[in-house]
Amino acid sequence: MHTELAALTWDLVSDFEQLTTYPFMVQALEAGAIVALTAGAIGWFMVLRRQTFAGHTLSVIAFPGAAAATLAGLPVALGYFGACGLGALVLGLLGRGERGSDSGGESATIGTVQAFGLGLGFLFVGLYGGQLLGLESLLFGTFLGITAGQVQTLLWVAVAVFAVLALIGRPLLFASVDAGVARAAGVPTRLLDLAFLLLLGMAVAATAQITGALLVFALLVTPAATAQQLTARPGAGFLLAAALALAVTWLGLSIAYFSPYPVGFWVTSISFGLYVAVRLGRHLRESRALGVPA
Amino acid sequence: MLAHEFMRNAFLAGTFVALACGLIGYFVVLRGQVFAGDALSHVAFTGALAAAAAGIDIRLGLFAATVVVAVGIGGLGERARPDDVVIGSVFAWVLGLGVLFLSLFVNGSSGSDGTAAVRVLFGSILGLSAADARLAALIAVLASLALLAIARPLLFSSLDPEVARGLGLPVRALGIAFFALLAVVAAEATQAVGALLLLGLLAAPGGAARLLTDNPWRGLALSAAIAVGSTWLGLFLSYEIDSLPAGTAVIGIATAAFAIAALSRVDVRARLTIGG
Repeated sequence: MHTELAALTWDLVSDFEQLTTYPFMVQALEAGAIVALTAGAIGWFMVLRRQTFAGHTLSVIAFPGAAAATLAGLPVALGYFGACGLGALVLGLLGRGERGSDSGGESATIGTVQAFGLGLGFLFVGLYGGQLLGLESLLFGTFLGITAGQVQTLLWVAVAVFAVLALIGRPLLFASVDAGVARAAGVPTRLLDLAFLLLLGMAVAATAQITGALLVFALLVTPAATAQQLTARPGAGFLLAAALALAVTWLGLSIAYFSPYPVGFWVTSISFGLYVAVRLGRHLRESRALGVPA
Repeated sequence: MLAHEFMRNAFLAGTFVALACGLIGYFVVLRGQVFAGDALSHVAFTGALAAAAAGIDIRLGLFAATVVVAVGIGGLGERARPDDVVIGSVFAWVLGLGVLFLSLFVNGSSGSDGTAAVRVLFGSILGLSAADARLAALIAVLASLALLAIARPLLFSSLDPEVARGLGLPVRALGIAFFALLAVVAAEATQAVGALLLLGLLAAPGGAARLLTDNPWRGLALSAAIAVGSTWLGLFLSYEIDSLPAGTAVIGIATAAFAIAALSRVDVRARLTIGG
């Protein structure tokens, strides 16, 4: 690492004490843990269902939500959850009309919804008086400005998301792996599609408040993609994705604390580095396995 | 309206960027790669910030980063059709790098403004100089011509890659060339008119055209026409209505075109079902 290691002593106990001296840091670690576990778990289903673009679109839609809430003088969290929930509903209802045609139409629909959401966000920022200063934190997060009240809200949302996931997890997995067979077996796949998008919206809205609209992906996609490279077993992969997201977040926060570079950079770089390492490892193993004469 | 120089510049750049976006957007939608186009616009942002932080010409960083990443992710996929999960992972990291360059840039320029960086991300069609507008138009025209030159084999390999390969078409090379063109358009459009307009003009006109006609050549023309029409109408509306940003107006109209196309399609389908 090329960091200055300003106050790092490599004595892990004292470093940990130093890390948790300030309340803002404790709250960042707490909030980071909550959103990482939620995003990692939901992200595993998202990657399985190949709904990455929808996930990104929901995270972008968080931005007009926050802008609208600021404009109306409402709590920003309300804007995040409201916009992402609404976006999930819109995507869920529009997506169904496109089923049967190929993915091209679906990607156009999602892209258009995202662009329209961004356009609205622009309008709201303009109406607010062109105060662009908060925009940067809307997009790139306020990892280190989290209040205890925010942590509380995030915790409740995470509990709700996991409760719903526990209820619909099995049929959702079935419907995600093979929608056709699931439908034939009487699983309400359309309802599950919509329910999943709503869960995704909630997870994204929670994560976006901490990481910013643009960095949600580091917790949503990359840990889940890494987990799916490592194991094909659903239970293990699901837990692994959540654990990886948590590890990446805490590691990123800790390194950023001792370095001059932003948290977002560390979190994305660590999770991407892991993903590349795992893919490379798998590639090497597979090519070696092929090289051995049968 | 055209008496104002900034409106003339906006119309000049807007028209040709919209033309390029509409043409390339039709292929993007046909190939289901809107997400890749979206990701490239964010790569453009990181490239521009990296150049700004290093103190070199922003346009250089913009084009270099976007084209390199485009060719990279284009080459990754088996048929130059990369997986969404791969794009998502690369894209998350590229944005993380963007944050790093943003912090380096803001600290380096003695805290002058992070909003300059945000402007890079969003561009401003009404804030273009005459020279910028001419350059944007020129690049867009060149990209459109290059696309039209490879349109026939590209169309073939997009619609049916297996048969195209069987006939000896270089499907993979075409896919990479397409990505490189998309990168050039994304890079130019991002800094001239903003990532917002780029995404909207890639997805909505192409999506609408695909719903309205099954004939690919007619679809290509229709997509370009919808993109240019939305831009003109959007610029006009935002000129008439003070509080309406140009980007929002253009996207609003392109979205409306897409919605109308989708509704007309639903209508036809319903009638067919009743008739059958």
